[in-house]
Amino acid sequence: MDLSFLAIQALNGLSSASSLFITACGLTLVFGVTRIVNFAHGSLYMIGAYTAATLVPRLLELHFGPVTFWAGILASAIIVGLIGVLIEVLLLRRIYGAPELFQLLATFGVVLVVQDLAILVFGPEDILGPRAPGLRAPVEILGRRFPSYELVLIAAGPIVLGLVWLLLRKTRFGVLVRAATQDREMIAALGVNQALLFTGTLFLGAFLAGLGGALQIPRVSAHAGMDLSIIAEAFVVTVVGGMGSVPGAFLAALIIGQLQAFGILIFPKSTLVVVFLLMAVVLAIRPYGFFGRPEAVGGTHAVGIASSKRSPYAGLIALAVIGTGLSLPLIGDAYMLKVATEILIFALFAFSLQLLIGVSGVVSFGHAAFFGLGAYGAALSLKWFALPMEAALPAGLLLAAAGALLIGGFVVRLSGIYLAMMTLAAAQIIYAVAFQWVDVTGGDNGIVGVWPSAWASGQVPFYLFTLALVTIAVLLLMRIINAPFGYALRAARDSEARAEAIGLTIRRHRWLAFTISGAAAGLAGGLYAFSRGSVDPSLLGIPTSVDALTMLLIGGIQTVTGPLVGAGFLHVLRDQIMPLTSLWRLLLGLIIIAIVLVFPRGLVGTVRGWGEERS
Amino acid sequence: MTKASMTRWLALGLALAFAAPSAQAQQAPIKLGELNSYARWAAFTVPYRSGWQMALDEINAKGGVLGRKLEIVSRDDGATTGDATRVADELVNREGVSLLFGSFQSNVGVAMADYANQKKILYIAAEPLTDAITMAQGNRYTFRIRPSNFMQVGMLVDQAKASGAKRWAIVAPNYEYGQSAAEVFKRLIKERVPGAEIVAEQYPALGKIEAGATVSALEQAKPDGIFNVLFGPDLTQFVREGNTRGLFEDATVLSLLTGEPEWLLPLKDEVPEGWTVTGYPWDEIKEPKHKAFVDAYRAKFNETPRLGSLLGYMVVYMIRDAIELAGSVETEAMIKALEDTKFDTVIGPVTMRGIDNQATMGAWVGKLVLKGANGGMTDWSYMDGTPFMPTEAEVKAVRKD
Amino acid sequence: MTLLSVQGLSKSFGGVAAARDVSFLLERGELLAIIGPNGAGKSTVFNMVGGQLRPDHGAVLLDGQNITAASPQKRFRLGVGRTFQVAQTFLSMSVVENVQMALVSCNGESSALWAPARTRHREEALALLEQVGMADVADRPCSALAYGDVKRVELAIALAGQPKLLLMDEPTAGMAARERADLMDLTARIADAKSIGVLFTEHDMDVVFGHAERVIVLVRGRIIAAGSPEEIRQNEEVRRAYLGDEHALEKPKGLSPA
Repeated sequence: MDLSFLAIQALNGLSSASSLFITACGLTLVFGVTRIVNFAHGSLYMIGAYTAATLVPRLLELHFGPVTFWAGILASAIIVGLIGVLIEVLLLRRIYGAPELFQLLATFGVVLVVQDLAILVFGPEDILGPRAPGLRAPVEILGRRFPSYELVLIAAGPIVLGLVWLLLRKTRFGVLVRAATQDREMIAALGVNQALLFTGTLFLGAFLAGLGGALQIPRVSAHAGMDLSIIAEAFVVTVVGGMGSVPGAFLAALIIGQLQAFGILIFPKSTLVVVFLLMAVVLAIRPYGFFGRPEAVGGTHAVGIASSKRSPYAGLIALAVIGTGLSLPLIGDAYMLKVATEILIFALFAFSLQLLIGVSGVVSFGHAAFFGLGAYGAALSLKWFALPMEAALPAGLLLAAAGALLIGGFVVRLSGIYLAMMTLAAAQIIYAVAFQWVDVTGGDNGIVGVWPSAWASGQVPFYLFTLALVTIAVLLLMRIINAPFGYALRAARDSEARAEAIGLTIRRHRWLAFTISGAAAGLAGGLYAFSRGSVDPSLLGIPTSVDALTMLLIGGIQTVTGPLVGAGFLHVLRDQIMPLTSLWRLLLGLIIIAIVLVFPRGLVGTVRGWGEERS
Repeated sequence: MTKASMTRWLALGLALAFAAPSAQAQQAPIKLGELNSYARWAAFTVPYRSGWQMALDEINAKGGVLGRKLEIVSRDDGATTGDATRVADELVNREGVSLLFGSFQSNVGVAMADYANQKKILYIAAEPLTDAITMAQGNRYTFRIRPSNFMQVGMLVDQAKASGAKRWAIVAPNYEYGQSAAEVFKRLIKERVPGAEIVAEQYPALGKIEAGATVSALEQAKPDGIFNVLFGPDLTQFVREGNTRGLFEDATVLSLLTGEPEWLLPLKDEVPEGWTVTGYPWDEIKEPKHKAFVDAYRAKFNETPRLGSLLGYMVVYMIRDAIELAGSVETEAMIKALEDTKFDTVIGPVTMRGIDNQATMGAWVGKLVLKGANGGMTDWSYMDGTPFMPTEAEVKAVRKD
Repeated sequence: MTLLSVQGLSKSFGGVAAARDVSFLLERGELLAIIGPNGAGKSTVFNMVGGQLRPDHGAVLLDGQNITAASPQKRFRLGVGRTFQVAQTFLSMSVVENVQMALVSCNGESSALWAPARTRHREEALALLEQVGMADVADRPCSALAYGDVKRVELAIALAGQPKLLLMDEPTAGMAARERADLMDLTARIADAKSIGVLFTEHDMDVVFGHAERVIVLVRGRIIAAGSPEEIRQNEEVRRAYLGDEHALEKPKGLSPA
């Protein structure tokens, strides 16, 4: 490799870094002030690209020269900024005080809504934007051609950094933003118009996202997958740089840009994993990123399971539920049993997450990792070692437990949003491995032919088998939640200081909880693999994690039975509505947002609240 | 209290499940189950749906088949294997469909093939390209119409021979479709072009290409031939960067599928002229039957046809012919009717080869050219699939049945 | 043997010395107060004794055993109980469960996965609540209690570990005057009965001079005076340190020392 090639490759990395920084900068600013990790930031980026790709060609037709191109880019960014304001006023404003989990899910709801809306507004086809006038021709650098537009992009990053720096240092708005980033309580004490500050920050954040997207149009066609692909990288940049730190984001973007430019030369087939591996390594060494500060974590008792009086009928009702479950094969057809089987499996999956979120206060955003590991563990032992289902299921469970043990070791050292991001990174790494280690995992085709043993292959026997395993697992988990171990987890969630002062080893307890939860999710994953006969990487993806969280949220995270009901509700809803509409994501997103805003206690919690009011 | 409310909701859940339409007794129409990623891949699947809708309307207007009307029960497969197999279960168990067809993504296609095998129901893959569907994961219940990866790559390698290029670079998205196309290319180019070598390989993640870096990396190897499997947004980015940096100037470029309108239209005037591609020059195919199809399609939907439209149209006609030939909708009878049968389609005769259930449908191979504001194909010719199919020995070596 | 022996503790944060060569002794059954103006280093010293901070120099000995590097958990097992400036209880649990939780931990059962927690050590927990006068609300959710009552529950939790040494950080902060005296009277009674040494920091001079047997005064990280409340009140240096807040050192009215 000669020098000129290395230089060009470094320039390529710089231009990616610039684009990434402009977008991530908005994300980190918004987080600094509002403490919300805005999943929808990627959606704003996408809207920016779509808007510019639609708007700029119309402007160029007016023939006012090259300036119209840049005016169009700026106008698109402003439009996106206004959309950000809309999101702030309609949604974020109502959830600033809510637990992180709710904030993450609500903004993910926005992602889903925007995905469908973008297709409705801009159409399903990719939109190719125009090239920048005057910047079509390449420039010669060290005897190689390099696009001149990329040079503009390389300059754009530092320019945006400089302007943001000026804004933060030299204006009153900037002073307030910095104050809020350092100490969220202080802003309230200063008697500042908080609403205006937050709205302004959202405008700035969304503007930067829109600008990041709009600047891409001479390189990329605007398309519907842009949101999730940028948000994953933007998360990595903000987390690695330290949440809320603009210079941190810049440094992280530079590193990631170079890592990607040179990474493809060394690992051309492992591109997905490199970025998340970087994030995991940084978090393992510096738990708050380059320039981040630990968040003061308060008690989060409000969002978890609390002690309640035991209903005298509890045992009876549990028996009745199990009885109904047992008699289902007598009344339902094969398809209903299939749906019921899947509901049971997802109920266990969501319930395993409840042990982490509702009981331990550990907000895992990558629980799909263990569901998927369980499924892959079962499928791989079936494929490579020809184990029967009876042995493959425990193998899946063990693989998931081992994965949770390993990941948990890193995760329990973190807290709050960094913890959520670490779990996300871990899940993405496993996803990338499953996706790209084709020889073993079958890549994105996955592994097929994962069917149950002969005795369980009918719909009825497999349903009953699932019912038995899920019932046992859920009862065991309930037992654990009510045992001293579960109480110790709740204690550490309610007050870490108090828990330490009475001698509880919080990390060890959480580690064990993480492992148990992973194992239970692994069992669910294994059952799911056999229920549908195949596994593939989508089981490990972010949508699967979000599914589990949504089930938890719908059911209510303050109740033990919430996840079971949530799983049933979401699955039936999906089953009934998805075939009827292509706007399923829009609907699901609205449901998530509505629950966060209107029924934060979930179905079970709300119903129980009515009961308490009456009595 | 907790338990009490749980039962209440569970009861509601059950009630909802029960409220779903229960299985109906088989009435006059023949029900076909169709599933595809209409939400996730609307740009590709909606033209496909228009295609089968048109065929369905035509067939029913002429009285259907075996004296019964055809009915297509269509579902979104959620673009995931889990949703697809569940939806398939619903179509089979609730709707009582006689066969299944559709799906877009390769992994969904593979999972559906396995499902068909397990549940012993006929499944006709219309769009997925992966070889696995008719080779390693192939089974007697699964059929495919579209020419596979292997066949289309084979057609392009034939063009490579003519070009004289020896130093080949590969760029392909890093997922099953890209990987398997690259594998096939590597194998075939070495077999069929003496002295050919692979000098560079790049596998950007799907939808996440670092185009500048990728182009530089390929350029560095100084290839005189490039085999491209990128598509969609990745391709756009790659083409722009490559054009600016002169990557394609002295190289022969072979590109899979890029000539299909689905991929050409979004490229607008950035079409990389001179690339040799497989595609679908719908406006230049003058055979009367095909022209009639195009005219009817444009009249009905006020849209130009995509390759998906053609596939959707063809698959329903082939199903009709198979049912007519079988004389019933029994799975075994339909399998027998499909295997090694020559179908008369809008693009001419297509045979469903019995040993791997792969149709001999071919592809149009030609060079990309800019026609006005959009790209099109020139110097094209239709290549029948038959000579490019894997040999019987190759099929027997990997298929398990 | 001396219960608590603090020897030459020093700690600085980024060049700023928060504690310099702090040494003192505490006997069983004794109530020792640490006072000082804001920023004097009270919390720093306190957290080094409690295990939340590691000193740069010096040692902390409990019953002669060096616990300087021990974690809060370890100190708890060795007999150190503590309460916090802002009461820290488990708000999702009932009052009695809070105390049960401490007892469970004390008995090394916190990783038990089987028998329900709510049945464990209930009688013992109720007895502890009885001592702090909270037995009648044992089954109420902790989150429903008034703040003064939460402080009492916290005391019961701290006592569950049968501590030899009780650390109380601003025990009466945020309470009404009447409640303060009650809580400190209660603490003194229990400390006396169980011969527990109590180390506390306090802002309220009424509480300090009314209940402490000895007082240590910290200014800028250094002990400037130590002695009985009467001696401290007379100390010129202390008066200078509290300049402008003369009333703080006046003899409390209407309250008798414990």
